[in-house]
Amino acid sequence: MDVILSPVRAVGRGAVSAVEALGRAGYLGIDAMHALRKGSLWAPHLLGQMARVGVESVPIALFIATFTGIVLALQASYTFTGTVPLYFVGTLVGKTMVLELGPVLTGLALSGRVGANIAAEIGTMRVTEQIDALEALAYDPVAYLVVPKVLAGILMFPVVVVLANGVGIVSGWVTAMLLLDMSSQEFVKGLQLFFRPFDVQFSIIKSATFGLTVTAVGCAFGFHTRGGAEGVGRATTRAVVISSMIILVLDAFWAAVLL
Amino acid sequence: MSIELVDIHKAFGDNEVLKGFSLSIQEGQTTSVIGGSGSGKSVALKHIVGLLRPDQGEVWVDGENVSRLDQESLYVLRRNVGYVFQFAALFDSMTIEENVGMGLKRMGGHTDAEIRDRARECLQLVDLEGYGDRLPSQLSGGQRKRAGLARAIATEPKYILYDEPTTGLDPLTTAVIDELIMRMSDELSVTGLVITHNMTSAFRVSDRIAMLYDGRIRYEGTPEEVRNADDPVVKGFIEGRPELMESIP
Repeated sequence: MDVILSPVRAVGRGAVSAVEALGRAGYLGIDAMHALRKGSLWAPHLLGQMARVGVESVPIALFIATFTGIVLALQASYTFTGTVPLYFVGTLVGKTMVLELGPVLTGLALSGRVGANIAAEIGTMRVTEQIDALEALAYDPVAYLVVPKVLAGILMFPVVVVLANGVGIVSGWVTAMLLLDMSSQEFVKGLQLFFRPFDVQFSIIKSATFGLTVTAVGCAFGFHTRGGAEGVGRATTRAVVISSMIILVLDAFWAAVLL
Repeated sequence: MSIELVDIHKAFGDNEVLKGFSLSIQEGQTTSVIGGSGSGKSVALKHIVGLLRPDQGEVWVDGENVSRLDQESLYVLRRNVGYVFQFAALFDSMTIEENVGMGLKRMGGHTDAEIRDRARECLQLVDLEGYGDRLPSQLSGGQRKRAGLARAIATEPKYILYDEPTTGLDPLTTAVIDELIMRMSDELSVTGLVITHNMTSAFRVSDRIAMLYDGRIRYEGTPEEVRNADDPVVKGFIEGRPELMESIP
């Protein structure tokens, strides 16, 4: 009997713990909304967090975008040669970077860099009682720690993604000229062919929600960390895994809603 | 009556830690709560500043029922209560001086220069003069505890709660911390509540000692009364003789 029941129990426990985590995250979200009024606590830290979340993420985002642009140009040429005019390489690189790979790859990379960093930092503060110390000193820890990070994520992810989109397109362009024997005019012709300003808006909206996801999930897992160094490690891993999954779900959601 | 905990019950899942904990702390006195590791001493302490809310019972501080206060009123109350954490809980991204000035900064009405001067004054009081620009990671365990104490007294609180202030320290550093606790009481007239399982410290710094056992206060009295208590649990604990406690149902 136990052989049958134990997997059922495990699923049940997992479901209960998932619902609990969701509930805790919901409460934290409500607290964060209320904490927005306490500008004197979060505003002084916003610029610093924007630098940490955004500016420091630029190198990794651009590195990924550069190679994504190169691969996109080469694969497009491989697919189109002999069937479709080669200037469509520019179309595919531009559309794919702006609509999909720029936001998603940057979001996934930053869920590792930014989300893990936030979860580890806040988790360590939780297990070493630094969050209790903040409360004992009459600071609202949500206003002081969570709000500036989440706002920085919402504001800076689109900036990083727009840069990544640009660099990805430029690297695809250079690849097309150097390796595919395409002229600059051909690539630009393809790039402009199906371009719509809405594509950029779509990319920005999507990346802002990715920024919200990565920072909020990192904060939520960090804030509810239990159990010392092992707990911090667990919180960090979960923050990265869950935020990556939410990014992919959001990616599909925005495609279905806005395109 | 300054601080009063009345019939506090607190459980974490199936683990009922406090089962009717009641304690009154007299103004101007230093009271120690002793008890074994994991007996719930720190849990009781956290109820006083609302870091934990009781499942049942009431916590009163200066006539305010802490368990019923909303978040904002709780923050106002906390300005009167300094909290010295077991492992200091210093903010590791800030210098010691910034740590000490955090409470004053939050209170408002002070210039940066005033906050810096007060932080230096508090560091001097705990014999950490000249350590203000160091990071917590650059201090020893005893120095960190003293810095934690400096942070707790910076706002000139009426009460200071000490969570195991001497745990893990060598006897000489323990004596230094004990001396500081006594100075806080004598020179600053602070009401203190010390959580400890170090009997030497408890006897040295306390006006009254209460023993926590099985989730509630088992015995309370002056250090002399505790030293001479016939209760096997108290006797077993202070003399380090578990066999005396084993006979208790």
